[in-house]
Amino acid sequence: MLIVAFGAIFFYLPVMKDSAGNVLDSSFNIFYFHMPIAIVAYLAFFVVFVSSILYLRENDSKWDMVSLSAAEVGVIFAFLVLATGSIWAKAIWGWYWVWEPRLTTSLVLFLVYVGYLMLRTALDDPLKRARLSAVFGIVAFVSVPLSFLSIRIWRSAHPLMFGGSLYGQEGGGLEGSSLLLVLLLNMLAFVMLFVSLTSFKFQNEKFERELEMTKGR
Amino acid sequence: MLKGLNIAFKDLKIESRAREIFISMVVFSLLILIIFSIAFSDLLSSASKTATVTSGVLWICFIFAGTLGLNRTFATEVQNGCMDALKMCPIPRNSIYLSKVIFVFLLMLLVEIITIPMFSVLFNYQFTAIIWVGIVILLGSFGFVVVGCLISALVIRARAGEMLLPVLLLPLSLPVIIPAVSATSGLLRGEDIFSLMSSIRLLVVYDFVFFAVSMLVFEYVVED
Amino acid sequence: MATIIYSMMGETVLVAEDIFRDYGCLHALNGINLCVEEGEFIAIIGPNGAGKSTLLKIVASLTSPTKGTLQIFGTKDKDREDVQDRIGMLSHETFLYDNLTARENLLFFGKLYGMEHAALDERCDYLIRKVGLWKRAEDPVKNFSRGMKQRLSLARAIIHDPSLLLLDEPYTGLDMNASSLMENLLVEKSGMTKIMVTHDMDKAFRLCNRLLIMEAGNIVHDVVANDPNARKFAEAVCFSDGGQFKC
Repeated sequence: MLIVAFGAIFFYLPVMKDSAGNVLDSSFNIFYFHMPIAIVAYLAFFVVFVSSILYLRENDSKWDMVSLSAAEVGVIFAFLVLATGSIWAKAIWGWYWVWEPRLTTSLVLFLVYVGYLMLRTALDDPLKRARLSAVFGIVAFVSVPLSFLSIRIWRSAHPLMFGGSLYGQEGGGLEGSSLLLVLLLNMLAFVMLFVSLTSFKFQNEKFERELEMTKGR
Repeated sequence: MLKGLNIAFKDLKIESRAREIFISMVVFSLLILIIFSIAFSDLLSSASKTATVTSGVLWICFIFAGTLGLNRTFATEVQNGCMDALKMCPIPRNSIYLSKVIFVFLLMLLVEIITIPMFSVLFNYQFTAIIWVGIVILLGSFGFVVVGCLISALVIRARAGEMLLPVLLLPLSLPVIIPAVSATSGLLRGEDIFSLMSSIRLLVVYDFVFFAVSMLVFEYVVED
Repeated sequence: MATIIYSMMGETVLVAEDIFRDYGCLHALNGINLCVEEGEFIAIIGPNGAGKSTLLKIVASLTSPTKGTLQIFGTKDKDREDVQDRIGMLSHETFLYDNLTARENLLFFGKLYGMEHAALDERCDYLIRKVGLWKRAEDPVKNFSRGMKQRLSLARAIIHDPSLLLLDEPYTGLDMNASSLMENLLVEKSGMTKIMVTHDMDKAFRLCNRLLIMEAGNIVHDVVANDPNARKFAEAVCFSDGGQFKC
């Protein structure tokens, strides 16, 4: 557990340094947070999806705990995506929020997983909670690709970062290897952060359950 | 599987007798219509302006009425423990789900058949491209019901399930609702059906995906 | 036909091996081993929370064990669908639809059990007469008294003529008349294997030929009903919970 904690601190630091030390337009800096966070949120929901399936298949409460941990971290990241996105949008578009597909679907994604956590609190019997929330975790994931692909499906004001057209207004989205490097570094850092947060949460949950088991006896 | 569909007939028979779900759905839907017709009274003079709100108003009616109906979908099964009796029958468990989908879908269709003419009257609006609009509404309602029945079965086991249903259902069914709403409004604005194909394709894909996933996981929902 | 031949041989209805069932940190069943032969009428008694209902639910495949295997009519858990039509259940909940008539309820469940139309009609008539509801067959169940509902429930439970009937506190809320009528109906079906969870010790001793006395998720005594010690065992366990026998 200590190693994990070290990992979190160790990998969290470069994130701050990288983006602070960058010389680009300051509003664009947030992008280094925004995109990795977004990717990590999708990753978190994917983890929920996979561990939910595994729970239903193997009936092992370990997977339930993984789902819960990943969902909680995912919700926080999804919120951060919205927050960082809004801050950026305020700077560039002049509004915090615009109704367009990418933003809407991201918000909905956030709400879906808030719903997931709400469902968990509303179910008392641990087995039932694990099974029903696993079902919801699977169905919920169906809406993730929509958010991810929304910019391609609808003409959207949200910049498309990869796949052909680069974001024009800022003057060439992902040119230059140094930018790409920083982005990748951040990506890595955030994935590490996600992994460590999730495993923290997982450990926490495990101890809590063990405690409850001993209390119950 | 076919044996299991008797459940849908049974539900329709009960509903035709008690009519409690259907009546409240229709009344609720009409009430929403009336509120909108008051709120948008300025728009009523021009058909082109009405066209811009039509799709939104209609879908809000359908979705809210549908949510109301979904809240009661499994009520008959819970009442006397009938769910346990159904689970003990030699039928695949997801045929219970399929029956409920058929039942609620038919209810929603009936509500829609009543709501749409009422909309015409209250908003003084002439519908265009009725066939395509109808198809989009069918597809959209189906997707909504498919997700709805699953969530309904989920929350019936939870505390304050009736509160939880809309909170879980509305965001989750959005992948169906967004394309359905945008296709409907496109059609009513007089757009060519082919320019809306991407929405309709998305709608069909999500209908199918939700349906397939729900059929697969429903068994775990009813297991005790 | 196959059913009849099997029953002549005294088929083993149910074999449970080392069944555990946890509800979170609560252990409802702690390693149940059980073997039930054709034609037995078994009563499961014990204090509240002993795991009686859980055991019955597992047999009914309404819930699955956390650990252990259960064979019913020689079929393992996975293929349970094949034997579902040989199991019936009568619970303290009626399992009936209030807005359907008595006959419609029976017809509906008969159809779910895949019965042929003509045979089903005949069977419905027979059962409705049998449980003494002939005059009320076309009335919605919601107008019935508790006793009538429970009689109809019994008819519903045996509509497909199951070889194994599970009874979960079938006497709850019944008056004397209704419960003696039920009793007669149950005794009459002597060829059927029956497992009854009950709180009524007198009925258990009168009706059943084998008693399972459960406590804290275990079967502590497994005795025949005319065992001289049976009543002593049963009372010891049921009254052990602080003298509380709130059954």
